[in-house]
Amino acid sequence: MNFDLTEEQQMVVDSVARFVANDSPVERFRKLRDTERGWEPEVWRAMGEMGWLAAGFPEEQGGFGGCFVDMALVLEQLGRGLVPEPYLPSVVLAGGLLSRLGSEEQRERWLAPMLEGATSLALAYAERQSRYDLHDCRTTAVREGADFVLHGEKVWVLNGHAADLVLVTARTAGGPRDRGGIGLFAVEAPSAGLRRLPVHGMDGHHTALLKLEGVRVPREAVLGDPEGGLPHLEWAIDRGAAAACAEGQGEIQELFERTIAYLKEREQFGVPIGTFQALQHRAADMFAEVELCRSCMILAALRADSDDEELRMREISAAKAQLTRGGWFVQENAIQLHGGIGVTDEQDEGLFFKRLRVLQALFGDEAWHVDRFQRLPSFDAEIR
Amino acid sequence: MDMSVTPELAAFREEVRAWIEKAMPEDIAEKARNNAYFPHEDVMRWHRILFEKGWVAPHWPKEYGGTGWDIGRRAIFSEELVRAGAPALSPFGIGMVGPLLIEYGTEEQKQRFLPKILSGEEVWCQGYSEPNAGSDLASLKLRAVRDGDHYVLNGQKTWTTDAQYADWIFLLARTDDSGRKQEGITFLLADLRNTPGITVKPFLTTGGTDAFSETWFANARVPVSNRVGPEGGGWAMAKALLGHERTLIGGVAESAKWLRHVKFVAQRTAVGDRTLLDDEDFRRRIARLEMRLRALEMAQNRTLAAAQLGRAPGPESSILKLVGTEIYQEITELCMDAMGHDALGWFDSPPEALPPWEQWIASQFNYLRAATIYGGSNEIQRNIIAKHILRLPGA
Repeated sequence: MNFDLTEEQQMVVDSVARFVANDSPVERFRKLRDTERGWEPEVWRAMGEMGWLAAGFPEEQGGFGGCFVDMALVLEQLGRGLVPEPYLPSVVLAGGLLSRLGSEEQRERWLAPMLEGATSLALAYAERQSRYDLHDCRTTAVREGADFVLHGEKVWVLNGHAADLVLVTARTAGGPRDRGGIGLFAVEAPSAGLRRLPVHGMDGHHTALLKLEGVRVPREAVLGDPEGGLPHLEWAIDRGAAAACAEGQGEIQELFERTIAYLKEREQFGVPIGTFQALQHRAADMFAEVELCRSCMILAALRADSDDEELRMREISAAKAQLTRGGWFVQENAIQLHGGIGVTDEQDEGLFFKRLRVLQALFGDEAWHVDRFQRLPSFDAEIR
Repeated sequence: MDMSVTPELAAFREEVRAWIEKAMPEDIAEKARNNAYFPHEDVMRWHRILFEKGWVAPHWPKEYGGTGWDIGRRAIFSEELVRAGAPALSPFGIGMVGPLLIEYGTEEQKQRFLPKILSGEEVWCQGYSEPNAGSDLASLKLRAVRDGDHYVLNGQKTWTTDAQYADWIFLLARTDDSGRKQEGITFLLADLRNTPGITVKPFLTTGGTDAFSETWFANARVPVSNRVGPEGGGWAMAKALLGHERTLIGGVAESAKWLRHVKFVAQRTAVGDRTLLDDEDFRRRIARLEMRLRALEMAQNRTLAAAQLGRAPGPESSILKLVGTEIYQEITELCMDAMGHDALGWFDSPPEALPPWEQWIASQFNYLRAATIYGGSNEIQRNIIAKHILRLPGA
């Protein structure tokens, strides 16, 4: 066991941290949250040039041969500045699927330019009725000659408003909740029959509602087996959960440090409020949750690359549950300990609070992960 | 970052697991399977088995009878012992005063005490707390007055765990009260059996077992040669002692064993024509604790990995006791819930009324309320963490 970073990893962490401090403090996110796109293509390209987008991809695909941990380290630092560029949807979700499932041609065409920061991607999988069940897919893909024609609706598509290419899940066979019969289709934007309704998230990040009304997808834009996409989608969403833990760690750490600083500087009754034991104990409990979240973030990042599917699901579920319950303890107390000022928009804490709450709602909430955990065969193994 | 285990360590785990299985007497193994209480005789019987194998003090240096294992092997050994449900050895000799003597004892003290701690011939207990010095330990009042080459002790110690079985006690006594209260404390070793003026009276715990005692000193004479460190240097000794083997204080392995037991009990508890382990609400309650325990285990792994590289435990390790004991208690609470009406039972209930695997649950559930109190109460742990993270001037 070793949890130290390599020299290269430490260099990446330092350079992303420098970028956040100098070029993308929270102030930048504040300005961008009211713009149409919400993020800047020039900055995205710069991130590509720095190699941050390609850090976790194999060398033969134009990456740096790294692993998921490398992406998690970048995400954590981006989280500290609420950097709005679409790293999670574009690199982790859609990029991950293209890397895993795409043919050489598909990767050349869609993955390579994204890793350079020239384009951005999205993954559209959630539907109004599906909640967190990935197999609940009613969007249809019907064969017409060599093409597929897509009909349906996708909700809360992260970066869906700006992406140059959206990977869409759609049913090619089976009933609406069958595990088989789900395919992944690459839809370029704009495309005939694709309508994108921009939707502002409560965290100030932008998403889209997609309406697919007869979108024609050629055979060469199908990723892998058009009926066997679900295990890959599950893999990608688990990595999304691990990425949420990583980015969320940045926000949790930031909220914790800001709260500690406030406890030391804010005075009431003639003394810093951090001298009151009731608040000291709350801070100590926050610290415990921060450390448990960090431990889980590492666990999730390491398991995101695991070939053992059950181990991956089990441990990423444990991590996501900790982000959702332990992380919540930190964020609710960060606001509480700031008092009234914590509920004002001018104070940054509320922005971190909102972003965390969104990450908690993505890729399975606590109840969903607890439920999946107790359904895995390992839960009933080795009882005695 | 890498969580993989080297083949050598994996092989070591196999070796330890196989040995424990072979070495554990059948009656102890039966109690282990039922998560039962081990009386003192069982603990000492297991102590001697480990001693004969040379594994009783894994963290001691080899020259004093330790194993020479690194932290990784020690952690695996400890995990495997707990996993097998082996009786937990009394920590006061092997875990506490032994390492302290190795570091600060005189040559004579080492030769006099260490071999008998190892063999289990002499059992130790700890005299720290007093009726009016609990969390505020430094305000302790037990007097030690120098009289020639002896100290004369007067006062009372409490929560002296195992004193009713012990041959020796290590204790903190006040030799001077003119300065700061942390000064003027001296660390002494006293012969419990052969010193006139020492009286021990065990408490019955809420678990129905005896764990700790009250110990009185009335003109008890302790030779000056039984002092560890300088006169007035006892507080430093007490702090050094706390530093030993704190990486496993979270009790992760113990909680994991109890979680398996909760499932075992639930599997044997009928609810209609199914079992409690088929009940999804109950499964989710178990799952929540199991997931949180996994988070704590990762925190412990990080502490262990740092210790293996020779780094002093950082502030992150201070959460292990705090969170670990809370999880541990919650699991015993869940175990009580699993039993339904059987939670009314006690360890002397006949097996027709209470199956053997449920016999000791209520006792342990009650006794383990102590987990968030002993070793520095969890409120004291929070004070320590807060001091560290806030670093307020004057605090």
